[in-house]
Amino acid sequence: MITLEHYLFLGAIIFTLGVLGIFLNKKNLIIILMSIELILLSVNINFIAFSAYINDISGQIFAMLTLTVAAAEAAIGLAILVVFFRNLGSIEVNKINQLKG
Amino acid sequence: MVLYSLTFYLFSSVAVLSSLMVISAKNPVHSVLFLILSFVNASGLFVLLGAEFLAMILVVVYVGAVAVLFLFVVMMLDINFVKLREGFLQYLPFGALLGIVLVIELGILFLTDRSSNIYNNQTPLQPIANEVENTKMIGQILYTKYFYLFQICGIILLVAMIGSITLTLRDKGGVKRQNIDSQNTVDASTAIEKKKVKIGEGI
Repeated sequence: MITLEHYLFLGAIIFTLGVLGIFLNKKNLIIILMSIELILLSVNINFIAFSAYINDISGQIFAMLTLTVAAAEAAIGLAILVVFFRNLGSIEVNKINQLKG
Repeated sequence: MVLYSLTFYLFSSVAVLSSLMVISAKNPVHSVLFLILSFVNASGLFVLLGAEFLAMILVVVYVGAVAVLFLFVVMMLDINFVKLREGFLQYLPFGALLGIVLVIELGILFLTDRSSNIYNNQTPLQPIANEVENTKMIGQILYTKYFYLFQICGIILLVAMIGSITLTLRDKGGVKRQNIDSQNTVDASTAIEKKKVKIGEGI
């Protein structure tokens, strides 16, 4: 029998893997962006599981908004990555303070 | 119900394993492909929860657009990925410890909090029971109750699009471009220049 906790556990595991990905790949900006995608995916799993649990469709709407924001974030992040690579010739995160934002 | 459980465990285990591969693969192209696998399995889980429209959105928008955008960028940039992996093994024991602690803490939170009213019954999760289908339900609420949120989403996407275009656009010197304004305002007095050429000479 699959209850809400199964889905919450799955979301927690994927969230942790996303956090670990940021942690372990400290230099590779692309992997960090992918880890952020993983974290947002786990948030979506939680939203939809709770939506089914409380029998309300609103959770699915919120998951859709999360998807929108995640897509926008990926586009902006990759654009910054491309510009960064053009200027410095590498994507190491510890050089990113040269952006001087 | 057994089939439901088996399907859940299949999708969720593949999703977790592919997420693990996303952060541990040596080649970022493999990472992106495992990210795609993870998204596809998550969309399978969404179907199990009765969110068919979001499952389709996840496959079409995420796998079709975002993951392919990642693939584009990974393949377009000429990066020495071996150098970028320095420090992975160095941080691995500490990171693994931190991850295990985080998962155990979250699990304890979910499993022991039975006294609260939020989720103390052990009913299996069912898709939302309604006579209209999922897409219609979403449409009925998205364009009425959440209409402003929907429009703000559009603005966010527009800003993201303009932002990424202006970030990556660059003017190279020495490129001839079409100047439509000067093309349209041309007339005979400026287009033709008369010169007297002497015999036996060029201009």
